[in-house]
Amino acid sequence: MKLKKLLTLEVAAVLVSFIAFSAFINSSHNEEVSNPVSVDGYSIGDEAAGINLLNVDDTMVSYEDYPDALGFIVIFTCNTCPYAVASEDRIIALDAEFKPKGFPVIAINPNDPAVQPADTFAKMKQKAADKGFTFPYLYDESKSVYAQYGAKKTPHVYLLHKENNKNIVKYIGAIDDNVRNASGVKERFLSNAIYELLDGKEVTVKETKAIGCSIKV
Amino acid sequence: MKFLSLCSLALLLFLGCKETPEKEAAENVASVETEIQENPPVASSLIPTYNFDELEETYFKVESDSTYVINFWATWCKPCVKELPAFEQLRENHAANKVKVVLVSLDFPEHVEKAVIPFIEKKGLESEVVLLDDPDANTWIPKVNPKWSGAIPATIILNKEKSKFYEQSFTYEELEKEVISL
Repeated sequence: MKLKKLLTLEVAAVLVSFIAFSAFINSSHNEEVSNPVSVDGYSIGDEAAGINLLNVDDTMVSYEDYPDALGFIVIFTCNTCPYAVASEDRIIALDAEFKPKGFPVIAINPNDPAVQPADTFAKMKQKAADKGFTFPYLYDESKSVYAQYGAKKTPHVYLLHKENNKNIVKYIGAIDDNVRNASGVKERFLSNAIYELLDGKEVTVKETKAIGCSIKV
Repeated sequence: MKFLSLCSLALLLFLGCKETPEKEAAENVASVETEIQENPPVASSLIPTYNFDELEETYFKVESDSTYVINFWATWCKPCVKELPAFEQLRENHAANKVKVVLVSLDFPEHVEKAVIPFIEKKGLESEVVLLDDPDANTWIPKVNPKWSGAIPATIILNKEKSKFYEQSFTYEELEKEVISL
């Protein structure tokens, strides 16, 4: 009798938590931002998980392929978002400036081509060839990397710094203070952060905001 | 040529002020569009253009009994374009309840003539459309809401007592529910 009662209680508890959980799942999409209690994705100081994604040259790329790197400029971007397109030349310039200093660019396209047909892997290859990308342009096919990092839009930058063999998030946000127009830039947030890391200093501006295209999944 | 383009501009201006653009007129706009493109664009005077401080001053300080639904969008933003009919419908159904819809375009200013104006005409948008021309997004995004990542679409619903921010897409039912429950 006692056992039966216990079992009933247990079943009830499981049921209640299941209902609560499914309610959470159902509401999380709408509630997430209007009521942003839970913060998803990485914060400054978090260790970034490794990646193993397909590059436009048909090889797989991971951080371990760069044993000499001091860190990484990880940029979630895509083929057609006007803000991403306006940033292309700047991303190429960042790679030219910072790869020799130990911070190569790793570009990742998180968009689902079923939702955004301009972001197929074939069109990524085309974009990389047309623009002469000097950095990997990776396809987040499983859609797991952008979610893990917490990228919300394109372009969205995560600056990682290798510390004790871990990639620590040091800066999240925009490349600079004028996504629309490179010639109107007054502050280069990302570059400033990298130079501070190179000087062994703490990054002063750790997070910035910019308008971007929501990630299409 | 010059006269023609002036005429097209006048036509556009005229249409921009009209409450309900007729279908025939909208088709005319499509045909004069090429005309506009061939000529140097006349600043974005066709829709009100604000920097963030001006936008804030104009729409974020509600003193009347109205409820403002302010939506950040752009013609190139697919989920934004998809949800626009919900905002149009809201304006139509709740105008009597003093609900005002403001569509804040984040299109690049140089694309107003060839993208935004034709889009407004083609979709027959009747809500108020303004352009936010303020490149320093890192300064103004947190003023809209500190939690906003900067992705669009994004919407604020406010009255003189409170305001609520949403970084998401809306269906009509969801939008109406939020407006009613504010």
